[in-house]
Amino acid sequence: MAAHSPAFRTGQIVFGAAVVFFLVAPVIAILPLAFNSSVFLNYPIESFSSRWFVELQTSETWRRSIINSLIIGCGATVLSTVIGTLAALGLRNARLPFASLLRVMFLLPMVVPAVVLGVGMQILYTRLGLASTHLGVIVAHSVLCVPFVIVSVSASLGGIDGSIERAASSLGANPATVFRRITLPLALPGVISGAVFAFATSLDEVVITLFVAGPNQRTLARQMFSSIRENVSPTVAAAAFLLIIGTLCLAGLAGLLRWRQSRLAKATASEAA
Amino acid sequence: MSGSPARARVSALLLVAPLFLFLAAFFVWPLVMMITVSVTDGTVRQVMPETASSIRAWDGSGLPPQEVQDALIADLRAPSEQMAFGDAVRRLNSEVSGFRTLLSRTASAVRDAPAGQPIHLAAIDPRWGEGRYWQALQRAMPNYTDRNLLAAVDLKRDTEGSITADVSANRVIMVRTFTIAALVTLLCALIGLPYAMIAAASTGWVRNGMLLAVLLPLWTSLLVRTASWVILLQNEGLINKALLAIGIVDQPLQLIFNRTGVIIAMTHVLLPFMVLPIYSVLLGIPRNLMPAASSLGASRLRAFWHVLLPMALPGVASGSLLVFMVALGYYITPALVGGAEDQMISSVIAFFATGTANWGMAGALGLILLVATTALYLVYGRLSRSPNMVGA
Repeated sequence: MAAHSPAFRTGQIVFGAAVVFFLVAPVIAILPLAFNSSVFLNYPIESFSSRWFVELQTSETWRRSIINSLIIGCGATVLSTVIGTLAALGLRNARLPFASLLRVMFLLPMVVPAVVLGVGMQILYTRLGLASTHLGVIVAHSVLCVPFVIVSVSASLGGIDGSIERAASSLGANPATVFRRITLPLALPGVISGAVFAFATSLDEVVITLFVAGPNQRTLARQMFSSIRENVSPTVAAAAFLLIIGTLCLAGLAGLLRWRQSRLAKATASEAA
Repeated sequence: MSGSPARARVSALLLVAPLFLFLAAFFVWPLVMMITVSVTDGTVRQVMPETASSIRAWDGSGLPPQEVQDALIADLRAPSEQMAFGDAVRRLNSEVSGFRTLLSRTASAVRDAPAGQPIHLAAIDPRWGEGRYWQALQRAMPNYTDRNLLAAVDLKRDTEGSITADVSANRVIMVRTFTIAALVTLLCALIGLPYAMIAAASTGWVRNGMLLAVLLPLWTSLLVRTASWVILLQNEGLINKALLAIGIVDQPLQLIFNRTGVIIAMTHVLLPFMVLPIYSVLLGIPRNLMPAASSLGASRLRAFWHVLLPMALPGVASGSLLVFMVALGYYITPALVGGAEDQMISSVIAFFATGTANWGMAGALGLILLVATTALYLVYGRLSRSPNMVGA
């Protein structure tokens, strides 16, 4: 950039720092409160205490909601990753008719407002008898997770050099072997990062859960929602702490896989050259 | 891939099929069902099937012929489910008030009457001698109705069947939803554009740090962020404490359970959706354009106005559409940070669906939100040439 006046530079720095503060501070502000001994979810910190984490484990509703979140999260992750990965493999094939239309349809659950889908799901589930069942919540969450799997797996499939697969089959490998030995290992980072996205999505889902889950399917996010709404207890901060740490680990994993993938892509590209 | 083209096509179709069927069953079907429920009206028809078929031929003037009255008597005599009957009565009562007492009196009189004896409805209750009750009955019979859709925009059909205004708050809530979404979009653009410009112009750790600051909230649970805002904005919260300590205010500002809180929290939540599209557009702009403009004698403001801003505009447009689209359907943040006067259309839909089990109204309002969002998405897809959303 051309030389700027010092006042302009200072203004830029102040503005940038203020926005960074606005973006990051609220996320961090809640963390120390998880260790506050006070019964109010507020500053100042009276003294250090782990009582709210104990509360998370001992209180029946909180413990149950964590278990529910894990069950539903794992179920939705497996379901959406399997069918999403298959579909991404199908979309990759140039001979698939209506490929772009199908892709749009597969990404639509990301766009439709959750409340709208929730109403429809509630009506459907009452007729099918899926309302207030774990399976019903898993299916509902999977619908929301699928787009993330499609995007992630498609990206990693797009990075595969088709000549490697052609080389393998020209050397006599049958399509199944090509898929198992070449395509799948190369696409695996995308599949795993799609699964991570799916799990994070399910973990954070509240709105559709409100519509389709009964008291026995209450997830951690759903429990946090009613806890903030009804009685703001510091247990919420402890749950938030766990969620932040959990998502940071997942984000780190996804980032690591992307980095590995880009390195792999570079390596295969240089080998092919 | 080896194999014939036809085989490749079949295998591709087989791979896509599970997800296609899954989404058809659990994504498309629920939406279709919601729309169907909002335009169907089978409650009265279900408990009065004979009346429904015989009243159709009536021209609506005077009193209906005797066969319609007989059909009604037959329907009331036939045992019907208590709950379905209650729904039908409620539906009729919303057409003409007083139907509740009329029907319960008539039903018990008809059931108590000895079989075989002719029954005169007007003798049980003189109201059956009035045309308007029969007209209401006729209006409630068709399978398809526009009353939910009309009610969603504060309209109704009067006794003549023409559309008139109805008293309800839906229009107010829609205007409020659009206002809040527009205000949040504007704030995000005002903060996001300069932020993205500074990030794109900087290098090294500054740029990485600025991007990380955008991605961190995006990665954090929405619930955690909203809980944080509840803590920060409350009357004894950190923001009020800081303001009091500096001496800007003498008493705590009301920042939560009102519009201010909703706007602040939603701007925070949606800002990343604005910054990322603008940033990616700015990265594509050659870095030497601005120096070129100034070397040709343009002032910095002029260069910004005529060179950088027009090129950044597509990013601002797609970011704004994205923020506006997501903001329209927001539920959690207004529900937790807002007051009763800040609830958006999603809250009303949730109230109708989970609170009163009025799926017809929930569906009609949901349809409006769905149409608005889909239209915005189509424009967005055109603008960004890629159907993917940011952050995915």
